[in-house]
Amino acid sequence: MSRLGPRLLESLFLLGAAASLATAQPATPVSQDAVHEVAAQLRCVVCQNLSVADSPSEMASQMRAIIRERLTAGERPAEVRQYFVDRYGEWILLSPPRRGFNLLVWFFPLAAVVVGLATVTLLVRRWTHRRDVRPPPVDVDPAMSERIRRELESGS
Amino acid sequence: MRRLWRWLIPLAALPVLALLAYGFRVDPRDIPSPLVGRAAPGFALATFEGAPLTLETHRGKVVVLNFWASWCYPACYEEAPVLERNWRAYRDRGVVVLGVDIQDRREAGEKFVRDFGLTFPIAQDLSGTVSVNYGVYGVPETFFLDRQGRIRVKHKSAVTDDVFRTTVDRLLAEPGSP
Repeated sequence: MSRLGPRLLESLFLLGAAASLATAQPATPVSQDAVHEVAAQLRCVVCQNLSVADSPSEMASQMRAIIRERLTAGERPAEVRQYFVDRYGEWILLSPPRRGFNLLVWFFPLAAVVVGLATVTLLVRRWTHRRDVRPPPVDVDPAMSERIRRELESGS
Repeated sequence: MRRLWRWLIPLAALPVLALLAYGFRVDPRDIPSPLVGRAAPGFALATFEGAPLTLETHRGKVVVLNFWASWCYPACYEEAPVLERNWRAYRDRGVVVLGVDIQDRREAGEKFVRDFGLTFPIAQDLSGTVSVNYGVYGVPETFFLDRQGRIRVKHKSAVTDDVFRTTVDRLLAEPGSP
């Protein structure tokens, strides 16, 4: 026990040192792709229809720096996104979440396409049906019919 | 059945027209801030003179926090005299006006301050962090904070005398213990 004691203490010290080294390490390096992934989901607040990733504005550049800073501090992309939503509202998201009134944005175009296709199909069917309606056969005098046939055959 | 189909297309267009009518009546720039009613985010900046400017030092006062830029014409130019005039009128009544110059060059910001003779504390937000923390998406934007440090009003155009006085008087009339 007397020999084990110092070794155990030494091992514990080394483990502790390793753990403290691990926690003292600089924050996780964040790739450009990781920043871009979050930035691409956010609206550039001073632009027209541009994402934070695509905008060359100073504001977007500052927002990208904030994204990088928060990711580097260990926040997950969803948490960084939420940070912006908490301050700007869901307006900041280029793709609104699929819930509540927002569902209209997601499903209205689909519903419009379905209704449009149904309408076009209906109209096309109606028009083709009308063309198919042939006039009732006219009673032709058999003698006249025979005369026409003969004239056609003779080519005159 | 045929009669129903005849009415189907006009009926289907009604919700679309209603949506369009709603859209045309709404100002796309008037985005409600989720921060109204919540505690104002703290900040620590430095004024043009180098003095520290923090929100914390003004707790217990009605704070008028104005985001502006020297390139913001004409709105920021219209409201600068209004802010200065009302700062002077209300400073002894527990009201403080703070200016945050955003996305601006230092020289242009300083010239703006000199030109309008602004005497209330003004700092530059060089990193944009304060602007984003307040959900600022344009200038000018002005936040009216009550004495408890909550954001009560976000004003998204040039502040007028009427807006300033009405809002600040209402906040001053509220019980003030933080």
